Amino acid sequence: MSEVLNFRFLVDGEDFTSAGQASVKVKKNLRQLGISPETIRRVSIAMYEGEINMVIHARGGVADVNVAEDYVEIVLADKGPGIKDINQAMQEGFSTAPDSVRSLGFGAGMGLPNMKRYTDYMDIQSTVGEGTTITMRVNIE
Amino acid sequence: MTISKLCSVLDAKVLSLPDDTREIKGVYIGDLLSWVMGRAKADDAWITIMSNINVVAVASLSDVSCIILAEGVELDDDVIATAKAKFINIISVDKGAYEIAALLSREL
Ligand SMILES: Nc1ncnc2c1ncn2[C@@H]1O[C@H](COP(=O)(O)OP(=O)(O)OP(=O)(O)O)[C@@H](O)[C@H]1O
Ligand SMILES: [Mg+2]
Repeated sequence: MSEVLNFRFLVDGEDFTSAGQASVKVKKNLRQLGISPETIRRVSIAMYEGEINMVIHARGGVADVNVAEDYVEIVLADKGPGIKDINQAMQEGFSTAPDSVRSLGFGAGMGLPNMKRYTDYMDIQSTVGEGTTITMRVNIE
Repeated sequence: MTISKLCSVLDAKVLSLPDDTREIKGVYIGDLLSWVMGRAKADDAWITIMSNINVVAVASLSDVSCIILAEGVELDDDVIATAKAKFINIISVDKGAYEIAALLSREL
């Protein structure tokens, strides 16, 4: 059996307060599938960080979640400004977040490192001026 | 420790308590949301002074047992409504983060 379930979410680039709704929905769906709480926690935090990044840095995008037999895959695609230096962006503490979102508690430069930490596979494809696509997978034990 | 014990130990003001049987197994203190998501553990009580709507999502995704707002921080009604709907416990305590953590360390 390959993919058992797919969810697609449009992530609104304007709406800061509803950011995270897709991740919370995914969390609920995965719980119904009987996936372990620790795996769900890793998937939902990684997805939320990616979702928030699309809102803050890329004016929104699309999130796809594919649940396969032995892993959950999250694909986040945006048509934002792209990431100039991926290695630099991956470093803990690096952030270009504006002051307006820092006052909300974002901008620690820990989102991408968290996504890496909580997933078993992570790939970033980004072209400046075109956009960014991040693919992450979390294995289901 | 149960959440009701926690409320009495801290003399807390309850803002949202839909999940009142939750156990508290540890404590994490922080206001930067990505640090909280990276370092807090499931079932921790999360002490913060952040009060915007995003704390509800962070608490939900991180599986913390409750949010403790330090320094008597209050919430807007829409944040409280969202917390109740998302099954997130939030209390407010008129003490600093250090004092709250020190009180909890005797109980954990
Ligand atoms: N989808 C994206 N499009 C364009 N740039 C991005 C995107 N995601 C991340 N970045 C860039 O990478 C940097 C680091 O991202 P990261 O998520 O680690 O930190 P942050 O979002 O700035 O802060 P935090 O996640 O801790 O709130 C960002 O500040 C931004 O410059
Ligand atoms: Mg981020």
